[in-house]
Amino acid sequence: MKKNDVILQTVTKIVFFIILTFGVELFLSGHNNPGGGFIGGLVLSSAFVLLYLVYDIETVHRGTPFDFKRVAALGVLLAVSTGVLSVLFGEPFLSQTTWLVELPVFGETELGTMTIFEAGVALTVLGVVVTIILGISEDVE
Amino acid sequence: MITVLLAIFIPFIAACLVPFIHKLLTGRRIGWFVITVPLFLFIILLRLVPSLSDGASYLYTFPWIPSAGVYFSTHLDGLSMIFALLITGIGSLVVLYSIYYLSEREAIGRFYTYLLLFMGAMLGVVLSDNLIVLYVFWELTSISSFLLIAFWYHRKQSRYGAKKSMLITVTGGVLMLAGFLMLYTITGTFSLQELIAMRDMIAADSLFIPAMLLVLLGAFTKSAQFPFHIWLPDAMEAPTPVSAYLHSATMVKAGIYLVARFTPVFAGHVTWFYIVSCVGLLTMLWGSVNAVKQTDLKALLAFSTVSQLGMIMSLLGVGSLAFSSAESAQITLFTAASFAALFHLINHSTFKGSLFMVVGILDHELGTRNIRRLGGLASIMPITFTIALIGSFSMAGLPPFNGFLSKELFFEAMLSLKDANVLTADTLVLLFPIVAWIGSIFTFIYCMIIVFQTFFGEVPPPMPGQRPAREAPIQMLISPIVLGSLVVLIFIFPNLLGTYILGPAMNAVYPQFEGMAGLVPKIQIWHGWGLPIIMTVGVIAAGALLYRFLRYWKGIYRLGILQWTLDRFYNSLLLKVERAASVMTRTYMTGSVRDYVAYIMLFFIMSVGIGLFGFQQFIFDFSNDAAVEINESIIVFVMMCSSIAILFAKSRITAIILNGVLGYSIAILFVVFRAPDLALTQIIVETVTTVLFLLCFYYLPEWRTEHKSLSIRVRNGLIAAASGTAVTVVALLVQGHSLHPTISIYYETASRLAGGLNVVNTILGDFRAFDTMLEVLVLFIAGLGVYSLVKLRRKKGVDHSEEK
Repeated sequence: MKKNDVILQTVTKIVFFIILTFGVELFLSGHNNPGGGFIGGLVLSSAFVLLYLVYDIETVHRGTPFDFKRVAALGVLLAVSTGVLSVLFGEPFLSQTTWLVELPVFGETELGTMTIFEAGVALTVLGVVVTIILGISEDVE
Repeated sequence: MITVLLAIFIPFIAACLVPFIHKLLTGRRIGWFVITVPLFLFIILLRLVPSLSDGASYLYTFPWIPSAGVYFSTHLDGLSMIFALLITGIGSLVVLYSIYYLSEREAIGRFYTYLLLFMGAMLGVVLSDNLIVLYVFWELTSISSFLLIAFWYHRKQSRYGAKKSMLITVTGGVLMLAGFLMLYTITGTFSLQELIAMRDMIAADSLFIPAMLLVLLGAFTKSAQFPFHIWLPDAMEAPTPVSAYLHSATMVKAGIYLVARFTPVFAGHVTWFYIVSCVGLLTMLWGSVNAVKQTDLKALLAFSTVSQLGMIMSLLGVGSLAFSSAESAQITLFTAASFAALFHLINHSTFKGSLFMVVGILDHELGTRNIRRLGGLASIMPITFTIALIGSFSMAGLPPFNGFLSKELFFEAMLSLKDANVLTADTLVLLFPIVAWIGSIFTFIYCMIIVFQTFFGEVPPPMPGQRPAREAPIQMLISPIVLGSLVVLIFIFPNLLGTYILGPAMNAVYPQFEGMAGLVPKIQIWHGWGLPIIMTVGVIAAGALLYRFLRYWKGIYRLGILQWTLDRFYNSLLLKVERAASVMTRTYMTGSVRDYVAYIMLFFIMSVGIGLFGFQQFIFDFSNDAAVEINESIIVFVMMCSSIAILFAKSRITAIILNGVLGYSIAILFVVFRAPDLALTQIIVETVTTVLFLLCFYYLPEWRTEHKSLSIRVRNGLIAAASGTAVTVVALLVQGHSLHPTISIYYETASRLAGGLNVVNTILGDFRAFDTMLEVLVLFIAGLGVYSLVKLRRKKGVDHSEEK
């Protein structure tokens, strides 16, 4: 399939980062506003799906030199390990903690293990969705 | 007591390290790293022995899932100590032995990883106080032993044996879990110590007998009791160090541990006595009779293990009678049986461990374990011969070896039944010692077979490829020598063991008699001319006579009734299950998505229908419903139009777009109902699925209107209508009906409890984080599944094209 969509490709180059930013924003704001790991991960993966749709797989692979199966595995590892971490501090499995930290630029910020847990969820969703879509699209060629 | 917790986890940590260390310490040297683990644990456990014999016990609790009553609690008392010492002690010797047994070419790293995994799991079983934790470790021993039995997985027999042991022990384990859950419903606790304290409450409950039976099933399958013993001989396909470890000293004894541990909970009821002792004795008889006919030395030892485990089990059964006795003389009589069980447990580990190692040496040096091809080795392999002699004579119950002492106690216990006033059936009382006696005669015979047919007589002509016999290297002999010396040492100083090791264990089995005089009987090497010693003399006389004329009566084994084995039953059952499964699969896996959807829908309609009509709960209550706004009606109208339009779509792309309209309308509906999280998720999911659809769309065949027969169309229409009705009815019913009090109040404090203002997210990430974690896992597994399915199919396609 020969493509000649210059406009789409040019737009995608910018939009890709906007979507990524939106995904991260959704993921971070999840604690107090609509959003969260699952949606964040889905948005991130939709950004990649867009990339794959506009460019061919080889080009995107050159730009993103990581295996999405591994991303998913990393996500699961993160989610599970936050649970185990609380055990090491003598708390029940999967207890979450939050701290209020004074950061130089952001001011008073809330940091919590829940964010790590949600990051795990997001990465798993990202990895799995892209893996499935890639798997199907590679298969039919 | 953190030491106990460490004892469980050190083997697991070491198991994780083995693959990395194996890169540094190549070949056999990895064994020297592995051996430090059990040796270290053995030493730290040994240091706790004196304080245990002073009556101390170490309980360490650590919350795991406290809301479900699951605490990671470890408990070290006398009973756990015996097993922990056996696991680590025999474990050290087995590792030492395996360093020289396994050749450099084997996957040694894998072997030690599995072995350490098993060691940790086994320590977990005997040291955990929480039933759920115990169960987890219990199944982990099944899994790790599966891996060990299938170590030489290229052999068909190894795979068969591994699968068999796994199927039987895991089935038993799951049944045991059901028993544990019943105990939980009775008492509300998973803690073993608390269960023992609440034994009266348990005994009064109607679930008492089912729970007891289920727990016993778990124990019997694990300890290879009749008729579940069939897996043990097949498990002998494992490398010999594994057989010596798993199938003589540790895993099979987990069942014994469980029975001993639950004795205070269940033993008050006489059913426990009947089941445990009868199954035990039957196993003893069956195992010993079958051992005699074996020609493979390892198979012979396997059946002898079955038989000996049965003997220990029957002793525990008799020991339970102490709970239903009133007089102190009787109590002492029956507690002595449990004492004999624990004593024989240790003895069995020492002599059977050494015997397995001897067989391994023979196999290693001569390349065969077949008795018919062995003979006359006594002068060629003097040390091996001596160890075999000690081990076999001890197993046969002859002095001056430790087996003699426990065998005498066994006879004494079986004879003591006549004094029990709880038993009314006189024949049964007589039957017990007689069966025990016959079983012992057969035990004597196979022990003689091991010694005389292997080490005496003529040297058979060497088979092609058979190596000339010579004594094994000394490094391989160290472990069996240590065990053999223990066999003799225990005979000389039995009471040392009694005071320090068995005494605390007896307190654990009989918590209410703690500190009672006579609970720990003094073992006497010469106990006078009583009935037990006369029985022993009879065993020797009859056994020797039968052994002498073995070839004349061995033909009996070919008789029909003895030919019929449970193995055949197992194999045919397996075959039938496989056939039924394939018939089932072929029937419903039609390959048509429409069929699958129909099955799912039919099941759904059925379950909802039964639920509704079965309980007659048609309560429609619309009084609390909010008024329907005009914009809501418009959205719903759009949804209805688009879904009806899909039915009449002429092209696939129209259908996909209409489906998208439906999805986005739902998202808008969520916005209207002020559920931004749901709306966001819906929109993004809709987008991604539409992309997926479009991806597939490009490659799908042309959209054609199908011309199905009228009956099929009517059937499909009915299913569709019925499922729509079911969903509508359920949705309307939910309005006027609340089964449980609303839980939304609980989440009003969400921001304070979880520190987040978004209640959906706090539920997902905090209150129900466990669900989310598992969902993520499921998603991951599903993703890998889709990926590998797609990839595998493509690979297959490539192969096909190559064939062409």
